[in-house]
Amino acid sequence: MGEMIKMVLVLTVLSIISGGSLSYLEKNLKPIQEKQIMQLVKGPAVRQILQGASNKPVDDVLTLGEGKNASKVFYGVYEGKPKVVVMESEGKGYGGPIGLLVAIDMEKQALHGIGVTTHTETGGLGAEAKDNPEWAAQFTGKSINKKIQVTGDGGEISAIGGATITSRAVCDATNKAVATYQEIKPQLTEKLQGVAK
Amino acid sequence: MAKSIVQEFTKGLWKEVPPFRLVLGLCPVLGVTTSVQNGLGMGLATTFVLLCSNILVSTLRKVIPSKVRIACYIIIIATFVIVVEQVMKAFAFPLYQTLGVFIPLIVVNCIVLGRAEAFASKNGIILSIADGLGIGLGFTCSLAALSAVREIIGKGTITIWGAPLFEGPIVNIAHTFPDFVPFEFMVQAPGAFVCLGLMLCMMNLVPSK
Repeated sequence: MGEMIKMVLVLTVLSIISGGSLSYLEKNLKPIQEKQIMQLVKGPAVRQILQGASNKPVDDVLTLGEGKNASKVFYGVYEGKPKVVVMESEGKGYGGPIGLLVAIDMEKQALHGIGVTTHTETGGLGAEAKDNPEWAAQFTGKSINKKIQVTGDGGEISAIGGATITSRAVCDATNKAVATYQEIKPQLTEKLQGVAK
Repeated sequence: MAKSIVQEFTKGLWKEVPPFRLVLGLCPVLGVTTSVQNGLGMGLATTFVLLCSNILVSTLRKVIPSKVRIACYIIIIATFVIVVEQVMKAFAFPLYQTLGVFIPLIVVNCIVLGRAEAFASKNGIILSIADGLGIGLGFTCSLAALSAVREIIGKGTITIWGAPLFEGPIVNIAHTFPDFVPFEFMVQAPGAFVCLGLMLCMMNLVPSK
């Protein structure tokens, strides 16, 4: 009996110490990690999408909502007006989640461009979504009032050869971003007007 | 005390050097040694985990009940592995991206668990530190040597800190020998087996005593 209690006790104490110190570490390192991801993964992608914008897209971030529902929105200034907003989104790819940035042109009501940030797709097939800019370029100019789909599903996007699941995931993520955009549009317009002044 | 601290330390560097003499922990050895930088990063991460887990296991060796010792070792090792992963993610993100899944896999690296079970649980703290450092550095050197051979033949370069985070020394033999054609087989998975096999063979030509 005594041995039993000792086993339970030792394991419990070890787990508590381990869990406690790890959550402390995570809490302290999270901001630095996010900064790194921002700088090395999202930053270049945002810059790529918002080419030619006259502001600094990576540094100018709007935060909408509060607490858990808070979302970050990047925006690009063209011809003196903040015209393009960039939303973050996620789709279910073949190998795991695909992180996607979706840029929406507010005046034209159309996609300004998309860019994959993080993914675990197969190299040469699904990874083309990130590595082949020509494929991503298909999304540019598509109206946001119509659902984005691959040609096989009746849409206008031709899927990557051998990677239909990835292509669908990117379309889904785009649609999700557009839906979020429509939801937060009033708030967004208000905030961006503040920026324009 | 039969063996001195120096002996415990140096055995890991040659006599019991993990991948070649003990032939343990081959998964990261084969997986990440495509560039010297990856090999070194992986080696140092493992050394840190090995050292810390050896210290803790040795300190707690009288407290841990023998029936649940493996579970206790795993908790200790896993904690340090997550520490390494989080720190690397925060301060060496490019390295974290290339090493990827191999960092969490240190938890089940048989060298780490093997030293905890075979050495640290039976010896004092000072000896365990010497053992952990020796084995860890031996592991790091082996990874660095293996990845140096693979990278120089396979890509014609030696990258120490070539990631975007650190602009560092990169040796490129293509500058010296313009006719050099990289033998890409060596940086692919089968090349790892061939290269490791040849190095094992050469190590065994030299007697261990």
